Amino acid sequence: MKTIKVGLGTCGVSAGAQKTYEAIKNEIELQNIQAVLKETGCNGMCYREPLVEVIDEQKNSFVYGEVTPEKAKTIMNSHVLADEPVAEWLVQSTRPSEDDTFFKKQNRIVLRNCGIIDPSSITEYVATGGYEAIQRVLKEYTPERVIDVITRSGLRGRGGGGFLSGVKWKFCRDAAGDKKYIICNADEGDPGAFMDRSTLESDPHSVLEGMMICAYAIGAEEGYIYARAEYPKAVARLKHSIREALAKGFLGKNIFGSPVNFSVKIKEGAGAFVCGEETALIASIEGKRGMPRFRPPFPANKGLWGKPTNINNVETYANVPWIIMNGPEAFAAFGTDNSKGTKVFALAGKIQRGGLAEVPMGITINEIVFDIGGGIKEGKKFKAVQMGGPSGGCIPASMGDLQIDYQQINRTGAIMGSGGLVVMDESTCMVDMAKFFLRFTQDESCGKCTFCRIGTKRMLEVLERITDGNGKEGDIELLRHLAYEIRNNTICGLGQTAPNPVLTTLKYFPEEYEAHIREKRCPAHSCSALLTYSIKADACKGCMACAKACPAEAITGEKKKAHEINTAVCIKCGKCLETCKFNAVIKN
Amino acid sequence: MLQKEEIRRDNVKDTFSNFKVELWRYQGERGALIPLLQSAQETYGYIPESAIDHISEIVRIPSAEIYGVITFYSQFRLKPMGKNIIRICDGTACHVNASTAILKTITDELQIDSNETTEDGLFTLQTVACLGCCSLSPVVMINDETYGRLTPKKVQQLLEEYRNADGNGG
Repeated sequence: MKTIKVGLGTCGVSAGAQKTYEAIKNEIELQNIQAVLKETGCNGMCYREPLVEVIDEQKNSFVYGEVTPEKAKTIMNSHVLADEPVAEWLVQSTRPSEDDTFFKKQNRIVLRNCGIIDPSSITEYVATGGYEAIQRVLKEYTPERVIDVITRSGLRGRGGGGFLSGVKWKFCRDAAGDKKYIICNADEGDPGAFMDRSTLESDPHSVLEGMMICAYAIGAEEGYIYARAEYPKAVARLKHSIREALAKGFLGKNIFGSPVNFSVKIKEGAGAFVCGEETALIASIEGKRGMPRFRPPFPANKGLWGKPTNINNVETYANVPWIIMNGPEAFAAFGTDNSKGTKVFALAGKIQRGGLAEVPMGITINEIVFDIGGGIKEGKKFKAVQMGGPSGGCIPASMGDLQIDYQQINRTGAIMGSGGLVVMDESTCMVDMAKFFLRFTQDESCGKCTFCRIGTKRMLEVLERITDGNGKEGDIELLRHLAYEIRNNTICGLGQTAPNPVLTTLKYFPEEYEAHIREKRCPAHSCSALLTYSIKADACKGCMACAKACPAEAITGEKKKAHEINTAVCIKCGKCLETCKFNAVIKN
Repeated sequence: MLQKEEIRRDNVKDTFSNFKVELWRYQGERGALIPLLQSAQETYGYIPESAIDHISEIVRIPSAEIYGVITFYSQFRLKPMGKNIIRICDGTACHVNASTAILKTITDELQIDSNETTEDGLFTLQTVACLGCCSLSPVVMINDETYGRLTPKKVQQLLEEYRNADGNGG
């Protein structure tokens, strides 16, 4: 009997996978087809969603991409019923395909089960060797040995800080106190990062197992998962998985029949980026405004309800069971001297193949963008990657051979962050990018530190006037000055890193700032205040489509004669450019 | 005040008693404030004044302080929301892929700005930082459904679908 799997992660569903799933289910019922229909998470090929996998009687896998309900019917009739795979829609199978390069340079540890197992079934997780690591730990390891293994693996916190996880666990284990807590930070707030959402949706048990191992190592009996309010599906999955684990005795009192107790609660965030910062997150779980506080004391000594607390993010915990099963050496065999293992990157922006890729540390930016990501959309020119979200920075295409590890990325002025990698092409204005991030941090500043609260506001005002064409001499110096003051006079990561997007774009793209300020020109043709639209007379066919689309009635001209735009009336909405079928409308 | 709210929600008596059960469940539990506010918002679509008073009694935190927590988090609303909540993503990837054009289409279509509700109470519009569907940008979330790879035209169709669903009593 064949098995059919449909990827129903949030990315799949937003591409229409639910309808595809229903269509297949209908077809199975209507024609009484003997096949097993299952749902799965996301295998990382978000750019091909909705994805449908057919596994035949010989266990051969055929993955179809961009499967609409209509295509699904054809696949059911041709492949499932008549054993004739529909070759043209296949993206991955026994035969080579152009999409194979997406996986070629990947090594999947965190994403090991993503898109393969049914995340709503604990039995499927167990069948892949799930929950063996925790049982091995409970039976054979002392807590000290667990910490030693994690330390030797070289695993660093994947949430952005990059602190050695084993060392962090040891601090918490050694801290005085009878009651200890562990927290899983699933408040993935960096715009452009979505690996934690995908992991929770596609393989929630791997995170729970990682938490169990950590709890045993530091001696905690209670754990919390702090999840973003914007991730309803991930939260629903987790709740379901926790119920499953409780029913099996994997969570609760005497887990796996051992004397160890461990329970997990979910706390849903209420929408505040700063809650990704560990002390703010703790305040939020306690029911307060999520404002960071001074460290020390670190949460390892004084965390939730004043007790020793260990916080790691989703990706960090998901690595842990694999490290226990395969040994720290196997993990440390991936990566560079100072950054071991693999890292999941979320590829987005102007890239051909947006999705999730897990690669060994030390891979170059170019390898990710071109070999895995398939290069830039619409054949445009690669300009920069933005790494580390609002705390990170833009790395120019000229540094594409840079090896990605914690040290090398920090040297550029960007940060590894949580692994969001937003690709930009020639049409992206770097000043606008800097403004975008600063507006974000300005908006999300909790207001505790003056330099973050007011300093980011002043920087934003300067950037706004630059992109509006009112930049002045001295603005660049003013931005630099404010940036250093904010960096040095704030207490948490949000404030200290908020100027990074501005500083890196100033460092690598100073000519764009200068063009905006001195020549009132946006080299990327992106800042609307600095643009004018016009119509090329020789290309215009006089079809009048643009004139009809123009909301300001700024376009005049007779039928079949070249039209003109009255720049005094034009509101620069770009509707004419979108509407014109003859590429006669140009931006200057 | 409660009566006005009752008109807004179906089966309000039921949901109100649900909320009361929730209040009772959290009695004495630490860190209950935010889950209770979430539960109130789930029940009423926003956080009514009367709910704040109820919660205040249970968690023994002054209403003024609760108000401070509500206004700190972007999820909480003190005013009634529209029937459908549109959350438009303006994360990095969506921004790079022209989410501003999508936002403009929605504001033009509905004649409201971000954080406003249409006169007929059908839609509330919010701009959010990232919905985590970056590879399908630009993205919009309506209620709990996410829609990706949008164009201004697709958004217009989408809004039409929701309008029609309402017309059919849905």
